[in-house]
Amino acid sequence: MNFYAIKAIYVFEMSRTLRTLIQSIASPVISTVLYFIVFGSAIGSRMEDISDVSYGSFIVPGLILLTVCLQSISNASFSIYFPKFIGSINELLSAPVSYLELVIGFISAAVTKSMTIGLIILITASFLVDIEIKHPIWMICILFLSCVSFSLMGFIVGIWARSFEQITIIPDLIITPLVFLGGSFYSISLLPDFWQKVTLFNPVVYLISGFRWAFFGNADVYIGYSILAILVFTFTCMLIIWRIFKTGYRIKS
Amino acid sequence: MNQNIIQISHLSKTYKDGTVALENINLNITDGEIIALLGPNGAGKTTLISAICGITNISSGKVTVGGYDVVENYKKTRALIGLVPQEIALQPFEKVIDVVRYSRNLFGCANDDAHIEKILRRLLLWDKKDKRIVELSGGMKRRVIIAKALSHEPKILFLDEPTAGVDVDLRFDMWELIKKLREDGTTIILTTHYIEEAEEIADRISIIDKGKIQLTEQKAELMQRLGKKVINIKLDQEIDIQLFSDEHNLSQGSDKASIIMHYSDAKKDDSLDRLLIKIKKEKYKIVNIETDEKSLEEIFLDVVGK
Repeated sequence: MNFYAIKAIYVFEMSRTLRTLIQSIASPVISTVLYFIVFGSAIGSRMEDISDVSYGSFIVPGLILLTVCLQSISNASFSIYFPKFIGSINELLSAPVSYLELVIGFISAAVTKSMTIGLIILITASFLVDIEIKHPIWMICILFLSCVSFSLMGFIVGIWARSFEQITIIPDLIITPLVFLGGSFYSISLLPDFWQKVTLFNPVVYLISGFRWAFFGNADVYIGYSILAILVFTFTCMLIIWRIFKTGYRIKS
Repeated sequence: MNQNIIQISHLSKTYKDGTVALENINLNITDGEIIALLGPNGAGKTTLISAICGITNISSGKVTVGGYDVVENYKKTRALIGLVPQEIALQPFEKVIDVVRYSRNLFGCANDDAHIEKILRRLLLWDKKDKRIVELSGGMKRRVIIAKALSHEPKILFLDEPTAGVDVDLRFDMWELIKKLREDGTTIILTTHYIEEAEEIADRISIIDKGKIQLTEQKAELMQRLGKKVINIKLDQEIDIQLFSDEHNLSQGSDKASIIMHYSDAKKDDSLDRLLIKIKKEKYKIVNIETDEKSLEEIFLDVVGK
């Protein structure tokens, strides 16, 4: 295992984050705080409790996951797309680095950034609403797995993309709607029966439900299904990446 | 005798759109030599380097580096290679020293600041070590990509058009650097458009055109074999060229008082000797003698048929 290379990629990516600290961390935190102010405090104060949880507290897991998923995709896709764009990917391809080592380097950096943002949002939210975490270990595990799976997805997007515009297509047109419709701001039990069934085809529902279960101990879907869904999503992304590197899809001519 | 450090057997590369970039390439590169790959644009030089370094998938054939297959044992082969790419592809906002350290680590080596300092000093980059890439001139950026390629002390160095677009001073600096690296035992594979560059520093020349190797030969032998010389002998009066008609490689100069002779070292002919005796016999006086040697560039153009 080329640990020097993994560390080099990780440190290089993290130094880029530190150099652009404002856009990397401050901006997602600020936008999340705005969500809390609008939905949690302003509108939330007029909303009924959901499953004995105040609306302000109820949206915390969804908001964290919304930001974490989008940030994971954005960080990972940019980290591999930029070397492709400027041509420095050839150095990575000509180095004695396996595909697994490359992925570990890039994904661990993207996960570190997303986890940090998620935890900062959680701390920020604790100042604005009452938060109780019933299963803190599970909360960390689900947050970590969410960061890993969406970072892997971002990595795929970064390799697939042929322009900066394409990097934003998947998060903007697919992930954001799925997260919003996946119960970030509501319990799917509030939906009519038909739409509840339709919503169960949205994989993000399982993610948010599981994460919310870790906070409040109750969930829209059984926690086992949530864990299974996250694991299936993660392994699917890993399989796609393995295939990409095996064939050289859009990275090797 | 030095061993082959790179062995290329029946290497072919066909792109998805059907373009044949390399066709049945066979080439052995000897440990410690400088070999120049010459060829027009699109000849396949960069594709050949990319196939050896792992940037391009090989369609068929086999390449070994240091005795290891570049596909099956890619970690071992790549660790031996340093690549200076044609395009300057650097992270613009990073510091010079950081990008060089990054390359060293990427190639599986622990930090060694003494070595990095040695390279940066050798490439006149030490005083720029804390500058960001974006602040450097084009020539300095090219020095940085060379520093990156040398950061892990490679046994083999690929230089893909290293002096394209650089000023004359930097070009001479690079030539000196390449010669110094060879003295240190590094094998160097150079692609270049500047044929005088190959003429100046290469031990061996390989000419590639349309994805095929047209010729591979020691530079000195190539120059001797194909490098015809022209000698222009100016005499003190107009001559009757018919007097020299027994030599078929002669012509009369436009001033009517010169004899132009084409000859080759390789033939070891005595035509020049015979001509000088004849001039003396016919009582002409030699006013001036000029010689001109066919350059590698002319040889190259002959080989690629232009």
